[in-house]
Amino acid sequence: MGKKQLQQAIEKVVERGNKAFIPYIMAGDPDLSHLKEQLLFLEKAGATAVELGIPFSDPVADGPTIQDAGQRALEGGATVKKLMETLASFREEVSIPIVLMTYINPLFKYGLSHFFKDCQTAGVDGIIIPDVPLEQRPLIEEHMNQTDLALIQLVTLTSPDHRIERLAKASEGFLYAVTVTGITGARSAVSENLESFIYSLKKHSSVPVMAGFGISTPEQVKEISSLGDGVIVGSRIVDLLHQGKREEITQLIEAAVGTPASR
Amino acid sequence: MTTYIQPDQNGQFGQFGGRFVPETLMQAVLELQEAYEEAQKDPAFHELLEHYLKDYIGRENPLYFAENLTKHTGGAKIYLKREDLNHTGAHKINNTIGQSLLAVRMGKKKIVAETGAGQHGVATATVCALLNLDCVIFMGEEDIRRQQLNVFRMELLGAKVISVTHGSGTLKDAVNEAMRYWVSNVEDTHYIIGSVLGPHPFPQMVRDFQSVIGKETKQQILDKEQRLPDTIVACIGGGSNAMGMFYPFIEDEEVKLVGVEAAGSGIQTGKHAATLTAGEVGILHGSLMYLLQNEDGQIQEAHSISAGLDYPGVGPEHSFLHETKRVQYTSVTDDEALDALQLMCRKEGIIPALETAHAIHHAVELAKNSPKEEIIVICLSGRGDKDVMTVKSALEERQNG
Repeated sequence: MGKKQLQQAIEKVVERGNKAFIPYIMAGDPDLSHLKEQLLFLEKAGATAVELGIPFSDPVADGPTIQDAGQRALEGGATVKKLMETLASFREEVSIPIVLMTYINPLFKYGLSHFFKDCQTAGVDGIIIPDVPLEQRPLIEEHMNQTDLALIQLVTLTSPDHRIERLAKASEGFLYAVTVTGITGARSAVSENLESFIYSLKKHSSVPVMAGFGISTPEQVKEISSLGDGVIVGSRIVDLLHQGKREEITQLIEAAVGTPASR
Repeated sequence: MTTYIQPDQNGQFGQFGGRFVPETLMQAVLELQEAYEEAQKDPAFHELLEHYLKDYIGRENPLYFAENLTKHTGGAKIYLKREDLNHTGAHKINNTIGQSLLAVRMGKKKIVAETGAGQHGVATATVCALLNLDCVIFMGEEDIRRQQLNVFRMELLGAKVISVTHGSGTLKDAVNEAMRYWVSNVEDTHYIIGSVLGPHPFPQMVRDFQSVIGKETKQQILDKEQRLPDTIVACIGGGSNAMGMFYPFIEDEEVKLVGVEAAGSGIQTGKHAATLTAGEVGILHGSLMYLLQNEDGQIQEAHSISAGLDYPGVGPEHSFLHETKRVQYTSVTDDEALDALQLMCRKEGIIPALETAHAIHHAVELAKNSPKEEIIVICLSGRGDKDVMTVKSALEERQNG
């Protein structure tokens, strides 16, 4: 478990000529007793890794779908502590890497050192904290030492070149390319300059480049994953899981990683 | 006395502040910082700002000796800094005029803002009309209900008011939506945050634009009394009128500075907005500061009769001044504020905002117990016309219940 395993899981898929697919789900939606079964389903459907959201009352980078999922999870009683305990109880049974995505305040309240220690115990491989930009990383890093967790950096269409270079260097496990200037949520159109954006990320990054935000159809999955090493799909997966439409989730994943026979 | 220079180049006031925003906004806040620093050095910018402060907003506004109120309390002399006499009726416009001029300088044509009581929304809509900028205001649905008059005012001024239904439907949720909007439209839009909150450089910039309050007060009290006041009292939600009032006095250690938070139904009831009195350190809306949160780090809803104080955080600089103890922070309940509002109406013929009434209550209690030679200044941050319906129903409820 750890940053190397996360990176290798993506590289393995790419080496076979496919693209990686990381679905995002909200931990505890509708409650944490479903988590193990949800993760096993995603693994079986071909997910390369899973991005697992921790609910927060004020998610400023998220659109309505993930806001609502977070609300359901909070109402279902999800907390950082319970998530860590739940993950630790079955982690060995899930073999794909798990990346946590959370805003900083719940971790800050939990105690950062305590949190990173518990991540190790729970078998977490990486973490994304959207409201901790590069400039604020020292706050995190001083508590991360000795953990093998990948600290994944987001890079956006508004990041200028000199920043892209720094972000690409700093990111571990993979580099998260945000494909829209905006918040999470499904969109019908794909940004025009995406190709050159991801190309420049690939040039600077020594870790795989995963594209996410606004991707919702198998066609978009195919189109965007072809530019880099794969895609992350959040809002659409959260919706489909909530509605019980699991076949459609499988189709989305297969649009990147291929059918079981071709893997 | 050591010189007070805050924040540092990372936007931190001690451990507080910083820039906890999504990467999409980082370039915008860095550019804003650069543009602000440049504008500060440009005499032409200051000249333009001065022009609008004087001829459009009506500054300087008076520092008024409240003789009747002073006689009534029988103690210290009470002065009122009349921010309620500014164009649009509150201190908020000191900040919106500064930030909108900066937006024009940066070539941004669109403005987004959040509002609680609607005062900041009105002040933003006003300067946008003046400077021909597109204006979108996010406002919680609960606040829209409480402050219908201000909603119509904003619309009359040409702003688009968007109701926020997520969460508690108050100021915190309006800030969330305004930030989401900014993330999605950052290339042509400037976010005029309404208080000393948000990522660096906002807390510093808003403080600087608001510090005209304290600068004028200092000169005026020296002219009238040939000395500095003993105590200055201001109300605190996010804390912009207080920060603007306090900042020019921070190095004058003999001047006691008191910030008054909203205790709502009472601290012990849990229904309050007294962040420094009963909150804990956390990170929200771009800044490390004191917050109202539960044991899992989820932000809690604030409660106050005044929509403008209804925010679960408090500016990073206030958080810092609380820890260094340079400013004393206390709290006043809804009921006490209602009484103080009525007292000010009857004694001085001034209807203050419910926010301001919190500061008035504390200052009056303090004056009662202080010798006659002492001087207390209240920052009369805004007028109360917007609150009369709220006050009416609260007083009726009191009579019936």
